[in-house]
Amino acid sequence: MMEITEGSHAIAEAVRLCRPQVISAYPITPQTHIVEALADFVANCQLDAEYITVENELSALSACIGASAAGSRTYSATTSQGLALMFEVCFNAAGMRLPIIMSIANRALGAPLSIWNDQQDSISLRDSGWLQFYAEDNQEATDLHLLAYKVAEDHSIQLPAFVCFDGFILSHTYEPVDMLTQEDVDKYLPKFSPYERLDAADPISFGMYATPEYYPEFRYEMDQAQKRAKDVIAKAGKEFGAMFGRDYSALIEGYRLEDADTAIVAMGSICGTIKDAIDEMRVEGKKVGLLKIRVFRPFPSEEIAKMLSHVKRVAVLDKNISLGAKGATALEVRDALYGSTIPVKGYVLGLGGRDVRKKDIKEIVALSEKGQGDIFYGLRKELI
Amino acid sequence: MTEKTCDLFDCGHRACGGCGAALVARLVTKAAGKDSIFVSSTGCMEVFSTPYPETAWKVPWIHSLFENAAAVASGVEASLKKQGRKEKVVIMAGDGATFDIGMICISGAFERGHDFTYICYDNEAYMNTGIQRSGATPYDASTTTSPAGKCSFGNKRQKKDMPAILAAHGAPYVATTSIAYPADLLQKVEKAIATPGPSYVQVHAPCCTGWGFEGEQTIAIAKLAIETGLWVNYEMIDGKVTKVKKVVRKPVEEYLKTQKRFRHLFKPKRQDAEIAAIQAIADKNAEKFGIDIKLPPKKE
Repeated sequence: MMEITEGSHAIAEAVRLCRPQVISAYPITPQTHIVEALADFVANCQLDAEYITVENELSALSACIGASAAGSRTYSATTSQGLALMFEVCFNAAGMRLPIIMSIANRALGAPLSIWNDQQDSISLRDSGWLQFYAEDNQEATDLHLLAYKVAEDHSIQLPAFVCFDGFILSHTYEPVDMLTQEDVDKYLPKFSPYERLDAADPISFGMYATPEYYPEFRYEMDQAQKRAKDVIAKAGKEFGAMFGRDYSALIEGYRLEDADTAIVAMGSICGTIKDAIDEMRVEGKKVGLLKIRVFRPFPSEEIAKMLSHVKRVAVLDKNISLGAKGATALEVRDALYGSTIPVKGYVLGLGGRDVRKKDIKEIVALSEKGQGDIFYGLRKELI
Repeated sequence: MTEKTCDLFDCGHRACGGCGAALVARLVTKAAGKDSIFVSSTGCMEVFSTPYPETAWKVPWIHSLFENAAAVASGVEASLKKQGRKEKVVIMAGDGATFDIGMICISGAFERGHDFTYICYDNEAYMNTGIQRSGATPYDASTTTSPAGKCSFGNKRQKKDMPAILAAHGAPYVATTSIAYPADLLQKVEKAIATPGPSYVQVHAPCCTGWGFEGEQTIAIAKLAIETGLWVNYEMIDGKVTKVKKVVRKPVEEYLKTQKRFRHLFKPKRQDAEIAAIQAIADKNAEKFGIDIKLPPKKE
């Protein structure tokens, strides 16, 4: 049923329908509306879960590790500084192969302190072993939570997942969202059946230490699981499409890309703005298209190379910067296109919530046509 | 081939001969029984008991990080509660993980009132990384980060009073015990586990490698700590001290001179003022807990 609702509320509702048994979270702007809504559900018997109000984010994810290892479906949500505080725990949860789902309301990292959106937080954890999904709008943000549980809990994957959506831009915005019913979700997402768990009837040891004779194979197995996730996402995404009419089988999506000369590559809510800008540029006769990345981990290198094989140039937009290098997506797209002659230029923009408008997208396309890129776009010259 | 079994904490682990912490693991698993789930912090015990693919734990066991055992245990407990399971949750952490790096997680977990038992095996320094001082290191102990030297007598601070801190959180059961008194240890751990809510048991566990004594002396040294009043075995129920181990006290010197970590107090020359300062700590303990057994005056 379509409902005009706030992003955070739609996400909380989707999480409720996934029947998490243990929720553990710590409030942080702009994630708070989600955890408040979930607390409300528990307080009103609309969600039968243990809700642990921890003292910080490190404990939030640590409690999820314990809960998941003991055999419960587990959920947390955070952003920015909170995710940074979880850095050590993120690597640990993935290493223990626990399918925890965590919502990330993407926000910039301090200093200087900023509560506004960019994607530096989750991108900075790209090496942690978590699957990473990025939503363009609130419908996608909502749906991806179901998909994430389905993929993460698959016994051939067993990895945790971030569901990322732009803080404020999506989390605090009212949009029409097709709200699923409990019956629908139960049909799509079966009860959690852990591959193994802490159980007195069958004692096992979790989280042992590994010497150099054993450690590399653990990392290799995680990398293999990441790669296997491509097929599992394709299958789970297709099944989602068959049941609810929105197909998420592809890790990337093209928009007016088939005959494009210039391809813009981007992730998250900015894709909506880009699509509008493309429509206008097309009217002006400019052959511009969009490649939207929905899944950043596993990174869809081959898929991207294939989809971009015909274009004349690629402009990659990054709401993050690997300081001293480039935006993370630009680096990885360039790697995906290694060996081709297609020029790839990166544009770092929208950091700390700096607004990105249609005219900015058009200007970036013009710059890429002139071969200019690998820059911070839209800086205020008077401040430098 | 006959299989040799050593309780729920199996033999064949890699602790030093005479390791106090290994004895804590053996006794605590015995007291907890097989229907329990153990959560460990990073530390000596975690490393010597679980080198992949081997484990000494015959109960379910999880280790996540150095600082987060109390938070992981909170999650385990909530998970079991949700599933209607009855296993008991027992945390096993060293003094560094407890007194220092884990304080925030511990404070949060005790404040929330999860039903678990937190065991701190207290060997009074970071042993796994090579004997660095922790908040549990006693006054004047020489460690690799509080070394005795020309202008230092070693660690400048007294032990942090963790039991009091956790009692102040409203923990219904807080106790201290020692590997020198296994019956007392077993009884207190059983009581802690049987008490609903968060319980804390701090176990004095000498470390032959870190303190500098021969492995066969572990129990004797643990006993001397109690007999000199430098360690007190007591029990607190709802914040009130209800039981104290009383002793006929010996001078602290008898304890100090058994260990290399206090050697600088005797060699190259005796440091009377420092020994007196440590004696004052023992005297204060004795007064606070009333541990002294008053002997009748000797007949001439």
